[in-house]
Amino acid sequence: MTENSNKPRIVVLNTRAANVHSVEKALRKVGADPIVTSDPAELASADAAVLPGVGASDAVMNALNTLEMSEPVKEFAASGKPLLCVCVGLQVLFDSSEEGELPGLGLVDGNVQLIPTGMTDELGSAMKVPHMGWNEVTFAGDETDRNPMFKGIPQGSHFYFVHSYRCVPDQKAEVAATANYGVEICAAVARGNVVGTQFHPEKSGEVGLQIYKNFLDLASAQSK
Amino acid sequence: MLTRRVIPCLDVDNGRVVKGVSFVDIRDAGDPAELAALYNAEGADELVFLDITASSDARNTMIDVVEKVSSEVFIPLTVGGGIRSVDNMRQMLEAGADKVAVNSAAVANPQLIEDCAKEFGSQCVVLAMDVKRVDDPIIANFDEYGEVPAEALFQIVTHGGRRPTALDAVKWAKLATESGAGELLVTSMDADGQKTGYDNELLSVISDAVTVPVIASGGAGELGHFYDALTEGKADAVLAASLFHFGELRVSEVKSHLAERGIPTREV
Repeated sequence: MTENSNKPRIVVLNTRAANVHSVEKALRKVGADPIVTSDPAELASADAAVLPGVGASDAVMNALNTLEMSEPVKEFAASGKPLLCVCVGLQVLFDSSEEGELPGLGLVDGNVQLIPTGMTDELGSAMKVPHMGWNEVTFAGDETDRNPMFKGIPQGSHFYFVHSYRCVPDQKAEVAATANYGVEICAAVARGNVVGTQFHPEKSGEVGLQIYKNFLDLASAQSK
Repeated sequence: MLTRRVIPCLDVDNGRVVKGVSFVDIRDAGDPAELAALYNAEGADELVFLDITASSDARNTMIDVVEKVSSEVFIPLTVGGGIRSVDNMRQMLEAGADKVAVNSAAVANPQLIEDCAKEFGSQCVVLAMDVKRVDDPIIANFDEYGEVPAEALFQIVTHGGRRPTALDAVKWAKLATESGAGELLVTSMDADGQKTGYDNELLSVISDAVTVPVIASGGAGELGHFYDALTEGKADAVLAASLFHFGELRVSEVKSHLAERGIPTREV
């Protein structure tokens, strides 16, 4: 009973995206006790937050706007506390997306573009869009300069992706990891406390759970 | 480099995995969560659960299965069997499925694909199609889908292969992906259970016709068959059920074989 009260307050923002439940389960698996909510007021007292998202970027932006969550998310990002954004949750951090008409949160400079179609891979097969499956991820820099969210993960680990659009940050220094799918795929973005992954750590086996462990550690550091 | 996926499929009847062998490393071969954990440890890239429960009263049992498996195994889960509505799909996604496969119900009502894709995104919607070769070109018209091309060789069958339709498989694949299906699970009813290899002609025709990933299903009997489906068949992923289930081949063996022959795979 008392153990729970020492756990950091982790909020998973319910954008009505289909991966909210998987994110919650992954956090529970690593020992966190997340609160899944669509009430932006919960953010104020959170030690750390996750912004999940799948499907269309406009659907996620619509949910954020309708639930009056956009401003609280921006304020949370500015607070310096850990904010992990997953898949379309990452894409909505940008200024705009070719996929949708609604402007993004504008927390990362750059835009989101359709992955080019019509390319052929090393086996001579047409490269499908969506980019779906496990791809090899290369983290920028060596492990010591990595964002703490990505510590303990072997270089070249495979993560599970499913997306048709790719993030293109203006500042190359904010690209924390890349994957190759005919074009360079920005696999992760890190801007201080704001970290986003294009892949789904909650669906990427052990290496994915490591990211949630790291996130929990960062959240615990906040709650002390 | 994007890897090719190896996907074990588990048939679930009333909450229990059917027809399984007792692997040495697990206690209960009928427990979906235990088998899922075993396949995960062997390097399965994804899991498909197919609900073959006859009675619709038992639908909630499958929801419990998905709930339990997705709390223990953190790789993508596709759930299919008896999905008839947006609400059915929502229940599975909320229980922890990442993708939901529709089959017969989508043939009867193609609008279902579009409705599900609009609600949850195309990445959640898998069209499972059961296909049979026809000796004579299909000549019948099927009102819902217009005229079937005279050269059609592959026919869609529904209800577990029992009910033939006049629907051409290639046409259906195109129509379904245009409506929002994000992936196709293509099962050859001719090859299924024969262990003579996947129907690579069917797979490559479908794969060429669509821009979404294609999962090969039906016919795997030996290691080379997986390689053939990914090269000749141009599939993006390979699925097998009984072969893994009866312990004839292990997932890890398939992945090593593919890696040795130059197919990009995920090492575990």
